[in-house]
Amino acid sequence: MTNEEIKAVISEYSPEATFDETGTWLNVMIQATDWLPLAEALRNHSALDFDYLFCLTGVDWKTHLSVVYHLTSKKYGHSLVVKAKLDDRNDPVIETVCGIWRTAEFHEREVYDLLGVRFRNHPDLRRLFLTDDWKGFPLRKDYEDPINMIKL
Amino acid sequence: MLEEIGTTEQGDLVINVGPQHPSTHGVLHLVITLNGETIKKVEPHLGYIHRSIEKMCESLTYRQFIYSTSRMDYLSAHMNNHACAMAVEQGLGLEIPARARVIRILMSELTRLASHQLWWGAMAMDVGAITPFFHAFREREMINDIMEETCGARLTMNYMVPGGVMFDLHPNFQVKTKDFVRFFRSKFDEYDELVTNNIIFQERMKNVGRISAEDAVSFGCSGPVARASGVSSDIRKLAPYEGYDQLNFTEALETAGDNYARYLVRMQEMRTSLSIIDQLIDNIPEGDFQAKTKAVLKLPKGEYYSRVETARGDFGVYIVSEGGTTPYRIKFRSPGFSNLSALDHIARGCKIGDLVAIMGSLDLVIPDIDR
Repeated sequence: MTNEEIKAVISEYSPEATFDETGTWLNVMIQATDWLPLAEALRNHSALDFDYLFCLTGVDWKTHLSVVYHLTSKKYGHSLVVKAKLDDRNDPVIETVCGIWRTAEFHEREVYDLLGVRFRNHPDLRRLFLTDDWKGFPLRKDYEDPINMIKL
Repeated sequence: MLEEIGTTEQGDLVINVGPQHPSTHGVLHLVITLNGETIKKVEPHLGYIHRSIEKMCESLTYRQFIYSTSRMDYLSAHMNNHACAMAVEQGLGLEIPARARVIRILMSELTRLASHQLWWGAMAMDVGAITPFFHAFREREMINDIMEETCGARLTMNYMVPGGVMFDLHPNFQVKTKDFVRFFRSKFDEYDELVTNNIIFQERMKNVGRISAEDAVSFGCSGPVARASGVSSDIRKLAPYEGYDQLNFTEALETAGDNYARYLVRMQEMRTSLSIIDQLIDNIPEGDFQAKTKAVLKLPKGEYYSRVETARGDFGVYIVSEGGTTPYRIKFRSPGFSNLSALDHIARGCKIGDLVAIMGSLDLVIPDIDR
């Protein structure tokens, strides 16, 4: 499918999505609240069939957070980057996609651990790398840790 | 922990494997729920070697951050460096010289061989055979010597830099590599006699640790783990880089999806790597080994993603740049992380004795998972 066709299908499911085609892959920017229905459509739409979530990560933009999903279709070979914007930095919440791509379970735990994004309905949302009593989220830009952090 | 005990039924046994356990190939901690000898659940506990490399990279320049990536998947150090160098080159719009491209492919394939040799020895040891480990290390030592001469290091090479490679090839490189290829080819029959065709080994490997193609895709598996289930996932074929598309090789694929299929895929990949080296070793173009770059690298504002096929699978580097000399955010998509996430699914229903064999066949490198 060409980028134009993918854009047309995505616009059907989330009309407010904006697009960016300057990079290698087509980028879609959405609000976090629109994510779950779009994710289901991306996976289940027969002409899209994005079955392979190869990268899931988050970025702290100081004013808001975003969660970035890199998707590709094993059948058609097309790729897509979805960026979901989370406005509330104090309590960022987005719907989990564990039920759609099972790899998300681990990746979402990592994002929760390091950036503090809560994934609603995640079956086992605990810290992954850090200890359970760790305070703060290290990949946040305002994170300070006088003991463990070495400033370069 | 209390919740976990709550979900187990009466009579179930919860045991810990690791973090210090030889079969986990590093500091991986598994909490295993058993019903008799049958595995009900495997829960990996990570972070024992988490160094927060992604956070450290945010304060390192685009020349410096590459060095930390050799310490992630230390058996694929070259390919990790390669992916980082490619991401930076993508941002700078750099064309790299033909000689550097060929050197990069040669080094990557040698690294893949060294990694698979170590895996082969360790895999056999995981199922109880000690001897193959020494055979594997005899050959691997030759690759390490070749690396040492050219790169100055045997494990964490830091040889690939933005713009090409750090030094030119050592004058002995071609002769030594050809010697190695000839020697290693002659040993393959021994490998097959000793392990591949060994009936005890096959009994331990066949029909154990099965994962279907659909599940492998859903769990984000890549590399030999995905290919053993029949999922085409070789980045060298799907998104060719550095001229892999001009080489003559086929992607190793199996369909059974069990331990033995993963074993066969890696064995086939070693032969593929040898053939790629054969195609290139006499055709290394003359010229520069590094493109001219500025002393201080600044990536334009934007996002860059590059992927390479390491010995374990699809390794990706995602750089978010705000236009400065250091990355704003960097993410390493490590193949081992996704492959490990499938471990619970693969191991459920297997016997506890097979767990070590399954982990061996997944070829996990823990610093690559924890980062």
